[in-house]
Amino acid sequence: MTQSNRLNGGLINRGKPLNFNFDGRTYQGYEGDTLASALMANGVRFLGRSFKYHRPRGIFTAGSEEPNALVELRSGARQEPNTRATVAELYEGLVACSQNYKGSLRYDLLALNDLFSDILSAGFYYKTFMWPAAFWEKVYEPIIRSAAGLGRLSGEDDPDEYEKGFLHCDLLVIGGGPAGLMAALTAGRAGANVILADEDCRFGGRLNVEQEDVDGKPAVEWVEQAVAELTAMDNVRLMPRSTAMGAFDHGIYGVVERVQDHLHTPVEGKPRQTLWRVYSKRAILCAGATERPIVFPDNDRPGVMLAGSMRAYANRWAATPARMVAVFTNNDDGHRTAVDLMAKGVDVTAIVDARLDAPTLTGVRLISGAHVIGTKGRHGLSSIRVRQADGREETLACGALGVSGGWNPNVHLTCHQGGRPVWNESIAAFVPGQNIPVGMSVAGAAKGLFSTEDALRSGAEEALAALEILGIAASALKLPRAVNSAYNLQPLYHVPHGKGRAWLDLQNDVTVKDVKLAHQENYRSVEHLKRYTTLGMGTDQGKTANVNALAIMAELTGKSIPETGTTIFRPPYTPVTLGTIGGRTVGKHFHPTRETPTDKWAREHNAPFDIAGDWMRARWFPQPGETHWRQSADREACNVRKNVGICDVTTLGKIDVQGADAASFLNRVYANGFAKLAVGKVRYGIMLREDGACYDDGTAARLAEEHFVITTTTANAGAVLRNMEFARQCLWPDMDVQLISTTEAWAQYAIAGPKSRELLQRIVDSEFDISNEAFPFMACGSVTLCGGLRARLFRISFSGELAYELAVPTRYGDALWRRMLELGRGLGVAPYGLEALDIMRIEKGHPTGRELDGRATALMLGMGRMVSRKKDSIGSTLDQREGLTDPNGLRLVGLKPVNQSEVITAGSQLVNETAPVQIDSEQGHVTSACISPHLGHSIGMAYLKGGDQRMGEIIRVVDPVRGTDVKVQVISTHFFDPEGGRLRA
Amino acid sequence: MIINHPLLGPRDRQEFTYLGDACLIDRPGWQAEDAMDQFFEYVYLRDDPAGEHRELWYHEHGDRSWLVVTRNTVTHEITNVELASDVARKQGRSK
Amino acid sequence: MGFGIAPISVETDRFHELGAIKEKNAMSYSGLRVIREALNGQRGWKPAWRNPEPKPNYDIIVIGGGGHGLATAHYLVTKYGEKSIAVVEKGWIGSGNAGRNTTIVRGDYTLPPNTRFYDHSVGLWEKMERELNFNVMHSQRGVLFLHHNDAERDDHYRKTNIMRMQGTDGEILGPEKLRKMYPSMNFDGRFPITGAYLHRRGGTARHDAVVWGYARSADRRGVDILQNCEVTGFRIEQGKVLGIETTHGFIGAKKVGVSVAGNTSRVMDMAGIRTPIESHVLQAFVSEGLKPIIPGQVNYGAGHFYISQSDKGGLVMGGDLDKYNSCAQRGNLPVFESVIEAAVTLFPMLSRARLLRAWGGLQDMTMDGHAVIDETPIKGLYLNGGWCYGGFKATPAAGECFAHLLSTEQPHELAKPYRLDRFRTGYLLDEKGQGPNPNRQ
Repeated sequence: MTQSNRLNGGLINRGKPLNFNFDGRTYQGYEGDTLASALMANGVRFLGRSFKYHRPRGIFTAGSEEPNALVELRSGARQEPNTRATVAELYEGLVACSQNYKGSLRYDLLALNDLFSDILSAGFYYKTFMWPAAFWEKVYEPIIRSAAGLGRLSGEDDPDEYEKGFLHCDLLVIGGGPAGLMAALTAGRAGANVILADEDCRFGGRLNVEQEDVDGKPAVEWVEQAVAELTAMDNVRLMPRSTAMGAFDHGIYGVVERVQDHLHTPVEGKPRQTLWRVYSKRAILCAGATERPIVFPDNDRPGVMLAGSMRAYANRWAATPARMVAVFTNNDDGHRTAVDLMAKGVDVTAIVDARLDAPTLTGVRLISGAHVIGTKGRHGLSSIRVRQADGREETLACGALGVSGGWNPNVHLTCHQGGRPVWNESIAAFVPGQNIPVGMSVAGAAKGLFSTEDALRSGAEEALAALEILGIAASALKLPRAVNSAYNLQPLYHVPHGKGRAWLDLQNDVTVKDVKLAHQENYRSVEHLKRYTTLGMGTDQGKTANVNALAIMAELTGKSIPETGTTIFRPPYTPVTLGTIGGRTVGKHFHPTRETPTDKWAREHNAPFDIAGDWMRARWFPQPGETHWRQSADREACNVRKNVGICDVTTLGKIDVQGADAASFLNRVYANGFAKLAVGKVRYGIMLREDGACYDDGTAARLAEEHFVITTTTANAGAVLRNMEFARQCLWPDMDVQLISTTEAWAQYAIAGPKSRELLQRIVDSEFDISNEAFPFMACGSVTLCGGLRARLFRISFSGELAYELAVPTRYGDALWRRMLELGRGLGVAPYGLEALDIMRIEKGHPTGRELDGRATALMLGMGRMVSRKKDSIGSTLDQREGLTDPNGLRLVGLKPVNQSEVITAGSQLVNETAPVQIDSEQGHVTSACISPHLGHSIGMAYLKGGDQRMGEIIRVVDPVRGTDVKVQVISTHFFDPEGGRLRA
Repeated sequence: MIINHPLLGPRDRQEFTYLGDACLIDRPGWQAEDAMDQFFEYVYLRDDPAGEHRELWYHEHGDRSWLVVTRNTVTHEITNVELASDVARKQGRSK
Repeated sequence: MGFGIAPISVETDRFHELGAIKEKNAMSYSGLRVIREALNGQRGWKPAWRNPEPKPNYDIIVIGGGGHGLATAHYLVTKYGEKSIAVVEKGWIGSGNAGRNTTIVRGDYTLPPNTRFYDHSVGLWEKMERELNFNVMHSQRGVLFLHHNDAERDDHYRKTNIMRMQGTDGEILGPEKLRKMYPSMNFDGRFPITGAYLHRRGGTARHDAVVWGYARSADRRGVDILQNCEVTGFRIEQGKVLGIETTHGFIGAKKVGVSVAGNTSRVMDMAGIRTPIESHVLQAFVSEGLKPIIPGQVNYGAGHFYISQSDKGGLVMGGDLDKYNSCAQRGNLPVFESVIEAAVTLFPMLSRARLLRAWGGLQDMTMDGHAVIDETPIKGLYLNGGWCYGGFKATPAAGECFAHLLSTEQPHELAKPYRLDRFRTGYLLDEKGQGPNPNRQ
């Protein structure tokens, strides 16, 4: 309740006090606080531990670039590790814990690592942990892994929802500070469709944290007015709490909106966060700049922070890190921190300015030409050691030190498409280069224009330029008056004096010594430096460390900073919650589910389902008393061969082919002949890829001179249509043929068994003659059912029995299924599922996707003669290559066990009768197998080297994983009714 | 990425399926003397440039038209989109 | 603790570090050495490799300073006794796919030529640290491939059976065992998990370290590693290669090996050779560092997704190609999203973790999904490329086979199936059965 470090003023609402809990203690803050500012106001300085050495860490910045103040926010299923306290908006009842320690934050056992820091220097693990060899996996790595990582996930399911959305705009303005607001106002007033996004909960950028006037009023007021105007514009969409995290091709941006993170619990039915895909015609990056520190010995104590952040806490959040502070700077901007803090009643012991010609200030001591060369205070800063140009040193007591080494324009998004930034000597910083994403321009501090006046002008100018490109008429706005504060930076990246380690990357504990070591060992390119020392690889991606490290490496190598270069900037700009990128396309909605017309009926009857791509297909239909799947599947298969069964085969692809050239077109895409297929007939066909592999099979039915309906396998329906469209549009564009997929338009059922014709006679209207003479094997035609329902009938058989396939428009599918089961009762009709289907097709030796594995050719499948050499068809040239016609190549054969009680399993390998079970003995593999209820023993289909020449031979089916080794005989794949008499009944 | 379909306007890449180099339009004649060699090159060899690339895209989740897109493989910039059937005819393909 | 290795000499001396203070070579790495240097202000560490000036010519030049190129150089010296070798790299060593991959090492393949090759590679990985005296953090924590129906399960039986016949490990696990290993995995998502195969010898390794380890080994044995030296052309006369043109001038060579994964087409184009390769982008992702939650490496076929956790705690994830030709080394949102959708579907508890970084590699995709290690029509010019998804795990075996080819001018026994003419003759590999569609391989 004390908030000892609270100041007056600020953009916090003292009318709304909020209680929160950190590390088990309760505190109070106000609406408008972040967790960091509230902790700071309460005097909490020490809130985390660094990754490697577990050194105490305090708040370093006031934004998303924060390397230190990482907490586990919330508890239970909503727990979120590695959350930056600096951007976590405070709410009533917030609970957070510090992370990355063993024991307690204050007494962290792993802080012992720091004692061994010389041993644990950069890259040490590459030079050791190698002996004894077994210890790496069993001892060293587990220890390293348990110490690794920072925060902890709860392990529970996330109760929140996430959404994905799509937005379109003429102009996307990224960043709502002075530049972004002016750009949005300019474009908004011109009537363009504008999106203005800012990662903060309020627009204004630096205008919210600086004590300056815009247009004669406090900057915050000007911002409020600008936002009010923009809010009133219908053509402007304001998106606060929204981070443009990536610049993708063609003006597409990924924007993450934190819809409800600032609430204790998200309102149900609304997303916690949303991933927006923004399609922009133009974009202006107004992302501002991030400050960098000056590196000096012992610069990592809690209390040492960025100067600009220190005054942000004072001005916006009315909090100070300590009652006595100091400033260390190499530029004029750092002075503003001293001025602002003094104005709020904080003592500033001195400004330590590295520049000999630093301008003095009234009311505060300025030590020019001086460096901070050391600090004291383990769990929080207590004093700094200052060295002047002439070598004199003194100790100054202070609880916090604001450090300003300069500002780095936030160029990141300009580099997401491979561009590199360029070094601007006058501000000693990287600015956007030439090669930035198409459609993007940059304004304000992101471009290196740091003063408010420049930022406002720049935003307006870029907007006008963008509007001109868009062809939208616009007039220039009157620019508000604003400050044009001086910068006068004299580059100083690190201090050359002082003892102790000087820290570059505060999260990953990378020091100047580490950079020197990397240089010494020749890891000198900037990427080697990064990877060897891990600098910049923490959650902050080195935003406050990279430039200083580059400068030091440049110094060591004798090159300039631009010659040394930068690493690549990649999305996301700041880390993004995985759930947000998943949106709703997770869990059961990961892929669409495709249901067949009999799906409902099958679920009513407790059928288990199999996954066939995105389809769900019933495997079998259990009867009461059946406990094992084979009881059901065998019963179903036997019933088909004895009576009649029906099976839903809707999932097989169906393509309607029409046109004067339909027949000759099919003749080109199938390997076998279709040009002369008679009307009213169906033919089995195989399709090759252009490289000769047989990738699909199916049937083509000629319903009329210029009208075919073809079927494909379930898995390849899409690919077949795609390939046929390719042939039609790209290879033979003048052929008169049209295609359309009808897979989902027709419900299709197999009706199979000796009594299938009888069943059909009960539903096909009597004017259609479906006797064996009138409708023989491989006939097809249009019929009507049940008094006029139009349907198509095909006499084809996959089971090897007298069989048909019947198609009706999908919406009648369920009703027809139920009708057939009703009308067929006296005939013993029963449904059959995938397992029975598979048993029967294996008994007949019909290949499926198990055999059409994308490598097999027609020859390997035993269908070599089906490939016509008398016409042009896809694949018929390359399938004759020597590798594909090698007599010792794989050939599809049937196998039966010598000892009929043994079982052949799919996935087994083949070896010769007396060969050892070794890879060099491999002769092929089993593709499909079943225990045939009709033959009474196991059978299998297999690819065997030179198999067609080895009929009758005894070989072995071996399965080391399941521990079986079975002698089998090589036979034909037509295990059951090889003459096919049952088909033609 | 956005592909500017000549008939339907700009569409997100997710509506399309990629095939590869537009050289696939020039399918060799099956009765050529060196048909085997020609088909081998046609099916297997590619220029694969780092730069401008003429390539085939199929509007699978749209109108099922095949398109020839001219796109830079380094910058992903698309400079031209045509109906593949138009390109095929221009290149002499017919029946 | 490691073993001291004498430079230049092909024989290695081994010393037991504890007790035996004598070290053959001040450049060796070991725990004892780390401690000594800590007390010595790190002064004794030498450059891991030199920055030599190019000589006017070499016996063998390897183009490409990635894992493969540097491994090739290492084996050329240590196994084949070659003495005059340079590795030419256009950027910094390891700047290609060696520095961008998802660090997986495994030997689980279905087609016997692949089973043999990759199993041999795993065997070399297991010896790598001792051979290089560099900790590449090879961790055989087990690789899991999930299946969702009987057809996939049968494919997994086929694969593990051939793996066992090769002499490596492979087993099929049912859902109960899987639940014990990965209690936080969602077994009942859109594609229920019905089992998996486990390959215990599979795992991960620190990709940069592999590059650095091979570089250091090759360099100390006299190989000149020439960084920031880009090849701009070949000098070829009467069908024979004489050397390479580079940004640092002409360098002569008796033999040149191209090992520039991702850039194969462009480099081979300089020699007037077309290849069955398309360049594609493969994206990869890493999360913020988390305390350990994923012990092994998991592959989710239905989602074309895989995940493991690095020793720093970041979750390393990947999925499909973006599926269009690209040399941009970056991808777009559709794949970005689909990979993370799969991650959250498979492990719902990851939903609240944060993605830290996304990047892309430049992958040589061939027309059958497998590599080319072969001579070319130009005498003295050899190619090692087309590694598709299998490059990193192949690093030592590819290096060995390519070194064999460069030195003896004959294909290594294990590399015979990877000859370039297989596309012409039809003796293709094609594990995925997708045919000449690189974006589906």
